[in-house]
Amino acid sequence: MSETDKRALEDMARQEYPYGFVTPVEEDRVAKGLNEDVIRLISAKKGEPDWLLEWRLKAYRHWLTMTEPRWARLCYSPIDYQAISYYAAPRMNARPKSIEEVDPEILRTYDKLGIPLAERAALAGVAVDAVFDSVSVATTFKDKLRQMGILFCSFSEAVREHPDLVRKWLGSVVPPGDNFFAALNSAVFSDGSFCHVPRGVRCPMELSTYFRINAKETGQFERTLIVAEEGASVSYLEGCTAPRRDENQLHAAVVELVALDDASIKYSTVQNWYPGDREGRGGIFNFVTKRGRCKGARSRISWTQVETGSAITWKYPSCILQGDGSSGEFYSVAVTNHRQQADTGTKMIHIGKDTRSTIISKGISAGFGQNSYRGLVRIAPGAENARNYSQCDSLLLGDRCGAHTFPNLDVQNPTAQVEHEASTSRIGEDQLFYCRQRGLSPEDAVNLIVNGFCKRVFKELPMEFAVEAQKLLSVSLEGSVG
Amino acid sequence: MLEIRDLMAGAGDKPVLKGLTLDVRAGEVHAIMGPNGSGKSTLAHVLAGRDGFAVTGGSVRFEGKDLLAMSPEERAREGLFLAFQYPVEIPGVGNSYFLKSALNAVRKHRGLPELDAHEFLQLLKQKARSVQIAENLLNRPVNEGFSGGEKKRNEILQMAVLEPRLAVLDETDSGLDIDALRVVADGINAMRSKERAIVMITHYQRLLDYVVPDRVHVLLDGRLVRSGGKELALELERQGYAALEKEFAGNR
Repeated sequence: MSETDKRALEDMARQEYPYGFVTPVEEDRVAKGLNEDVIRLISAKKGEPDWLLEWRLKAYRHWLTMTEPRWARLCYSPIDYQAISYYAAPRMNARPKSIEEVDPEILRTYDKLGIPLAERAALAGVAVDAVFDSVSVATTFKDKLRQMGILFCSFSEAVREHPDLVRKWLGSVVPPGDNFFAALNSAVFSDGSFCHVPRGVRCPMELSTYFRINAKETGQFERTLIVAEEGASVSYLEGCTAPRRDENQLHAAVVELVALDDASIKYSTVQNWYPGDREGRGGIFNFVTKRGRCKGARSRISWTQVETGSAITWKYPSCILQGDGSSGEFYSVAVTNHRQQADTGTKMIHIGKDTRSTIISKGISAGFGQNSYRGLVRIAPGAENARNYSQCDSLLLGDRCGAHTFPNLDVQNPTAQVEHEASTSRIGEDQLFYCRQRGLSPEDAVNLIVNGFCKRVFKELPMEFAVEAQKLLSVSLEGSVG
Repeated sequence: MLEIRDLMAGAGDKPVLKGLTLDVRAGEVHAIMGPNGSGKSTLAHVLAGRDGFAVTGGSVRFEGKDLLAMSPEERAREGLFLAFQYPVEIPGVGNSYFLKSALNAVRKHRGLPELDAHEFLQLLKQKARSVQIAENLLNRPVNEGFSGGEKKRNEILQMAVLEPRLAVLDETDSGLDIDALRVVADGINAMRSKERAIVMITHYQRLLDYVVPDRVHVLLDGRLVRSGGKELALELERQGYAALEKEFAGNR
């Protein structure tokens, strides 16, 4: 590879993180450390019912008995759970009743992030729940959705306004003791989004949550719960950014999806947490549990993720295919630059008959980045005629990065059809030369090739996010003609 | 248009071109013929600026400019086009999108306005018809899953869209059946013009039945050992390269 090509690859790997600013707001925060009093305090601040406090405490007590998982191909110094503040919220006089009452400093933050919250300026066709550190600060288009019977609000509001629904579904997909980070989240989760789409309703707009970490030495532990009743459908987007800091910050979220008969949920993520600097200082530790339950027959859950941020990513959005004829999909682009490490993939658990799953994973490694795909396809004994197709491709930019694939298959029914394809390739010198011979600069050539590599996944993203994802890979709009 | 003087170049450490001199003027079509290993493809790659081919002596001027000082993309934007012997696949990148990006990079360099999607599509469809490329190939990823003949025709399509000043065709006839060869030859003939020069690099004479060159050169062991008109190609066809190799063996 020539010096110019190398430089183009390095420039690509050296892109500036544009969201690294800090918002100057006064925050109300809980002192560092974790114990039952802290959990009681969080619960009290949110005015929670007793059952939820008990639920948290039970999770906490269980967490104390667990050890942090170390099976992932990730290397990081131990996390001091007593050095984190578990709650930080911008100080507000009262709960803002409308977006006009939200601290202008916070509104400006979201403007800067490209997520205007004032509805006249808001992205057309996208309702946003804005989570700032530990609290939701605003939710747009709430009333419009409400007219259709769709509940879309912060998790705290859902606990207050719709306690029965929350109680019915909370922990039904990711139980409090599911894993170390899920247990921690269950104990200390502060806010997040809640969405309930009633029977037969197709949500007419994209719903979205934008997570922003602002406060120092805090963790963000949000919880998202989406329920689509019989025949309902919803498309949900999630975006995340954080300030540039030299210390690592912990983000341990839980997302639960439930789809009943003939319901469909499409969940898309563009994860752009601060990734740390070139030497690997700072950045978000992203330990996230995301799981969907296709509870009903012919239900469908589709995960699409574009993971470009975080120092550490540990994340396996999964589907439990319980209903007969249900289907699960996982489309992923994971990029690791500098010293970033990602261990990500999915689990497709086939339980019902005639269940289908598709896994498309694209890993891109640059700089010293380490990128692992880890997946499980399990076909339970009763899952007659289950089918899975998996494709895991890795692209290496440069010669100091790594790509790894850990596919696991567990087939317990002989009627299953399971296909797995995998490839690892270095960005081709011949491809770069071909593009340059046609007049493209090395930078444009790299962008073109990487974008082409990710095309299959970008196609799954809603338009607004596809554009953002392509920008994230600094790519001009591909496919406008082709 | 193209002045090559005593060009010496190697692939890695191995010297391949050993003092090659060639003049190509606008409007001319030249054929460079030679046996395997004579340096044909090295010449094509050195002209296009590929890495791994080190120039150790001589000079190349393209329209009066020092070609060897330019990056591959600068050469392309200045109007040098290489039709690849083995066209490269770029998965996920639409053929027409790729070509639009390339054309606009070239147009920008020449101070022309970039074409929008609609204008480009009109142009592309017209050019595609002229080289008999099925429209569905325009929307497929670049060369991915194309047959050998489709790949070569796609190179000719790219040439037709980019309208280079100098086109170097590296074994564009290899691997083509007679029908495909005719289509490719028609495409090349359509590109002939007073302002444009074409250099065809080929092992066999058969392409020259369809694209009649103004000059034919024989490349042997890194040098042009014979030059002549189109009848030289026929002579080579009759006698093979062996006789020439024998004749020039003493010079090595």
